[in-house]
Amino acid sequence: MIEIDAITKTYDEIAVVDDVSMVIEPRTITVVVGTSGSGKTTLLRMINRLVEPTSGEIRLDGDDNRSMPAHELRRRIGYAIQGHGLFPHRTVAQNIATVPRLLGWEKPRMDAKVAELLTLFQLEPEIFGPRYPHQLSGGQQQRVGVARALAAEPNVLLMDEPFGALDPIIRAKAQDDLLAIQKHFGTTIVLVTHDMNEAFHLANKIAVMDKGKVVQYGPPVELVRAPTTDFVKTLIGDAERPFRLLSVANAAAAVEPGEAEGEPIQEDRSQQDALAALLWSGRDALPVVSVGGKPIGRIKLSTLLKRAARLQ
Amino acid sequence: MRAWLPTALRGLLLLALLAFLVSPESFEPLLKPLVQQDAPAIYNHGSLLSLTLQHLRTVFIATAAATIIAIGLAILVTRPIGAEFLPLSRSLVNIGQTFPPVAVLALAVPAVGFGEKPTLIALFLYGLLPIFENTLTALTNLPRSVMEAARGAGMTGFQRLFQVELPLSLPVIVAGIRLSVVINLSTATIGSTVAAKTLGEVIIAGLQSNNLAFILQGGLIVGALAILIYDSLSGVEKLLTRRVGRR
Repeated sequence: MIEIDAITKTYDEIAVVDDVSMVIEPRTITVVVGTSGSGKTTLLRMINRLVEPTSGEIRLDGDDNRSMPAHELRRRIGYAIQGHGLFPHRTVAQNIATVPRLLGWEKPRMDAKVAELLTLFQLEPEIFGPRYPHQLSGGQQQRVGVARALAAEPNVLLMDEPFGALDPIIRAKAQDDLLAIQKHFGTTIVLVTHDMNEAFHLANKIAVMDKGKVVQYGPPVELVRAPTTDFVKTLIGDAERPFRLLSVANAAAAVEPGEAEGEPIQEDRSQQDALAALLWSGRDALPVVSVGGKPIGRIKLSTLLKRAARLQ
Repeated sequence: MRAWLPTALRGLLLLALLAFLVSPESFEPLLKPLVQQDAPAIYNHGSLLSLTLQHLRTVFIATAAATIIAIGLAILVTRPIGAEFLPLSRSLVNIGQTFPPVAVLALAVPAVGFGEKPTLIALFLYGLLPIFENTLTALTNLPRSVMEAARGAGMTGFQRLFQVELPLSLPVIVAGIRLSVVINLSTATIGSTVAAKTLGEVIIAGLQSNNLAFILQGGLIVGALAILIYDSLSGVEKLLTRRVGRR
């Protein structure tokens, strides 16, 4: 659990982060969104003390993050950034082993961890381990960057626009990978982005920052249904609201008993995907199958239309 | 041009230089036309080989000292503690470069006497600037995301310096050393005006006795050394650049 308690950071008397308090639940993904200059990156960097706050306190599992030297704190917190920041003079394997080496792990344990992570990120350890970062594609470099951040099995992973430099197709894949990895390790992830689609795709909770303040902090649905300020409304986009609502709910939640014709959809896809499939194929209902492929019912177009409306 | 040609030319130059230093007499017919009837065509007041070695030794010691001080200074002024010394060190190092080596020699001789010492002082001061400026440039222009990642991973200041900053700066630092060495190889010749044992002795002897052959052989040996050392350090630089993965 990360408790951010009345944290303020001022540069030349201007508050970049202004009296922010929020609690981030363990094993969740929290996405901090906002325009550039809203203080979201500064807030993130105060968690691992790359920036020291002017006032306030941040507690990790109850302990003040200033209770140990900054470099020791950072070794316990994963940190992944835009443009990956891989060390160009070190191989992929050495890059991933950065923090374990700083912590003085034994070599066999380090090698095993590197191999495990590379496999998890679908990079063949024998092939990619000895390569240098410049020999990888952008998407591979980014995966190695996240793998490096996770190498010492941190409870908390901070990500500063980690997918910002990727093209849309690789970005979608990277986001899905991140969700899978978060499930796998149960890591608490705090991610900063200005991409609302990314936020809605990944977040358990979204914090919206504007001019150094958190103007709304809650589950994605809440942001769509009850935006607290006009800024939040604009950020979400009026025209996007019904689709955002559908995008954060699973198809499983809209299933009713019955049968339907045509191509089925898997229950763990979003309701937005189901709507898209219905509209595109011109059907009134479509069959839903479990992750294992067993038919479990159908979704009707009219159900989805009701669910996309403001009041239910 | 074919790729092997430059390497072959350098090999030839090295062979010619070695041959001339080991057995200068065999080149006498080549240089004979440059001198008057009875004058010697090959330097005869000492061994060219030992002069060359002493010349190299002087340059090596001076540049090594300049390297240590210049890199140390550049590291110091790029740390938070030393940042305020940046303007001061810049001007000190610049003075070293602007002050003519001849003047340094003239000032150093009364203090430390004739011989190798004043030459070492002059070359040391002259060699500081390129190494200092290059190291400074390299350390201040490291990729931001890499430095950020190094801090974020929990490296201490020392670990960042020795594991990230210096390895990544090495090619540019070597380029600075290369410039210094080449400048000092030629500047060292004036050390012989204050009785340092360098190849300048040959050139000065030639000037005094109006012996074109002496001047030429002194000059050519220094020139050949400069080319060969410049090239080999360029090679080292390329190797390092490839190793830090920039290319």
